[in-house]
Amino acid sequence: MTVAASIETARQPVLEMRHISKTFGAIRALQDVSLTVHAGELHALMGENGAGKSTLMKVLSGAYRPDPGGEILIDGAPSVTGNPVKARAQGIAVIYQELSLAPNLTVAQNIFLGNEPRRFGVVDRDQCNRRAKEIITRLGVSFSARALVSSLSLGERQLVEIARALSTNARIIVMDEPTTSLTSRETDRLFEVIATLKSQGIAIIYISHRMEEVYQLADRVSVLRDSGYVGTLDRADLNASRLVSMMVGRDLSAFYKKDHRPPDAKRAVALSVRGMSDGKLLKDCSFDLHKGEVLALAGLVGSGRTELARLIFGADRHTSGTLELDGKPVTIGSPREALDAGIAYLTEDRKELGLFLDMSISDNISMGVLARDARAGGFRDFTAAEKRAAKSVSDLSIRTSSVAANAGSLSGGNQQKVLLARLLETEPRVLILDEPTRGVDVGAKSEIYRLIDNLANRGIAILMISSELPEVIGVADRVLVMRDGAISGEVTASEGEPLSQEKIMELATGAAKG
Amino acid sequence: MTDRATGTMSTSDQTVARSRRLRTAFAALGMLPVLVLLAAGFQFLNPRFLTETNLLIVTQQSSINIVLAAGMTFVILTGGIDLSVGAILAASAMVAVIVSLVPDWGMLGVPAAILVGLGFGLINGLLVAYIKLPPFIVTLGSLTAVRGVARLLGQDTTVFNSDLPFDFIGNGSLFGIPWLVIIALAVVVLSWLVLKRTVLGTWIYAVGGNAEAARLTGIKVPLVLLFVYGVSGLLAGLGGAMSAARLYAANGLQLGQSYELDAIAAVILGGTSFVGGVGSIWGTLIGGLIIAVLSNGLILAGVSDIWQYIIKGLVIIVAVALDRYRLQAGART
Repeated sequence: MTVAASIETARQPVLEMRHISKTFGAIRALQDVSLTVHAGELHALMGENGAGKSTLMKVLSGAYRPDPGGEILIDGAPSVTGNPVKARAQGIAVIYQELSLAPNLTVAQNIFLGNEPRRFGVVDRDQCNRRAKEIITRLGVSFSARALVSSLSLGERQLVEIARALSTNARIIVMDEPTTSLTSRETDRLFEVIATLKSQGIAIIYISHRMEEVYQLADRVSVLRDSGYVGTLDRADLNASRLVSMMVGRDLSAFYKKDHRPPDAKRAVALSVRGMSDGKLLKDCSFDLHKGEVLALAGLVGSGRTELARLIFGADRHTSGTLELDGKPVTIGSPREALDAGIAYLTEDRKELGLFLDMSISDNISMGVLARDARAGGFRDFTAAEKRAAKSVSDLSIRTSSVAANAGSLSGGNQQKVLLARLLETEPRVLILDEPTRGVDVGAKSEIYRLIDNLANRGIAILMISSELPEVIGVADRVLVMRDGAISGEVTASEGEPLSQEKIMELATGAAKG
Repeated sequence: MTDRATGTMSTSDQTVARSRRLRTAFAALGMLPVLVLLAAGFQFLNPRFLTETNLLIVTQQSSINIVLAAGMTFVILTGGIDLSVGAILAASAMVAVIVSLVPDWGMLGVPAAILVGLGFGLINGLLVAYIKLPPFIVTLGSLTAVRGVARLLGQDTTVFNSDLPFDFIGNGSLFGIPWLVIIALAVVVLSWLVLKRTVLGTWIYAVGGNAEAARLTGIKVPLVLLFVYGVSGLLAGLGGAMSAARLYAANGLQLGQSYELDAIAAVILGGTSFVGGVGSIWGTLIGGLIIAVLSNGLILAGVSDIWQYIIKGLVIIVAVALDRYRLQAGART
């Protein structure tokens, strides 16, 4: 990992996209965007959701043809646009967020899917396995070419995708949010692979919302905003506030906002959890959550944070443990009972477990309170639903043309706000937020932080699970850390010091007893 | 909360929203032009097609299938399937005729048939919702088992009642409109009311769209499933009563054979997605009419029985292909 690439700008770039515009009917999705990428460079592409990153990459991969005037040069030679097959032949490969592997085939079969080495007209298995092995060795990873993809972890599957790109001699690899679903260990391995790829002269265009990753990896960063090109920063000039202000077009000095007073010991306990176990991962978890407090639940992926949240919410069964709400014991056996008791849970996986993508925004927001709003005979009260939707749209600034639009049509940040709105309509007293800003752009992130802050000020007790330490420290009043299914310690901001990132990491990794 | 002025909604969002709306409209109305074209085509082949008498015959022939398909719409909207409706229809029809033979209490044949249908439907529902068995397996099993029950009810013979007290249902008219048609339309309107105007209806779409999200939102998913299989069974029972009323007879072996396939075809032709969560009862009505127009028109056009089967089968495959196409087009970004 060197900055060599950014210095050698005199060398001919491997890829030049010049004056790319793209309009769909009257809508301008890209406006005069240019991008230059050198061999062996990791070029990060940043911008809020909907800024045009995906459209630009679709132009690159040939899925879209740019408007006249735009051109793509590969090794200085103009290339055919709007043709995915040609683009691949010229060495462009895109690795999408949703992986496209066949789980029941082997790694080698997946790598050469649709491009199998043949002998006498039949697939040459030996050659297939041998070449796959070569590529895997080149990546420096450990799994076998004969392993079934279904037996691999998500991170390993992503490496298979990369191997597939290498099998077609890709020289420019686009990675779209590659770490979203990876554990930290898998992320580290991906980064090692990325370093290997760079040393082999492969250019990488890396789309990510995560600042830390961009700092760690990028040789240069280009920012898009509102379909246009904002600018490119060299590694030496990278700096958080500058990057954020480029992305959102204004200064976000108060990115994390903590207006509510940290709770003192006198504050009433809203939720008291005692001895929660699930007979599998979780062991004897106990803690108190106070009114008006933001309590973060930190820990590594797989430490049991989501599992604990789901137990409290009644989504999974607990084998032992008790809950007290406002000092009164409650038994919760299902999400319905939790919601009736005043506990709401925001899932970490909004598409799979949260939203009804084919239903309207209005229906999505009212889904939890339909029965409460119903007229006699179980008939829907559509006026009530629309009122709730309109209020949520303005309170949470959900950006949509109409509340009748499908939830699936919204960007990630707005989908997350719709989900939050649904929870808030149930008027919870305890709010469990599982990775509330995952896959959400910077602008929406800061809005969600402000919302969390407001809710805490209104006296709602908030338990927030987050894997992003800056977020934990910026938003929470107090941090519980989990490790291996148990609560390994607590970090508070007392003694006039802010929450310590190091302490949290120590507790999470078991490096020290807190 | 904030007053961020930049890009109230990203351009790509807008395109997506617009194409999504177009697609929804396409799904709802998509098959109506097909129905009109088919009717026009058959009229061209045989001018007797668009006569009042023939149209009454078409609607009458489609009515029982539309009633079954209405129930099937509920089930498929939750992402399930009910293969047992043909068998339930046969068993209910047997019960309807047998009860109609009871002196003075013959009218009870209709409610008896409906209740029998409801009972079988609820058994399906219990197995799917609470034992969590796959709907295809459960209703495949009950297809066979209930068919056996239907044969058992008449000791494997045809039961007759030439003096059926409720024969007006199958052969009478009100203001010139056959009762069968009135019942089918009433079922469609009631289904629309439930699906689009009640809380339960919204829950049905939610369960079909994302069952786990529905559970986490506090929706009692098993109750919703029990309801839809109950409705499907109940409407199959009603179909049994309609069928018995039309024929003055019922045969446990022959009646309702492969009716489930016509019902499923009508639902899918109507644009309801096989994976659940998307669809409408009006689509099902159009789908049912297409199937009836196809059968009737092919007969009037002089197409042989064998070719009718082949053409109907191809139509079902094309319908599923359309469903697949729509899903692909609707793939989320």
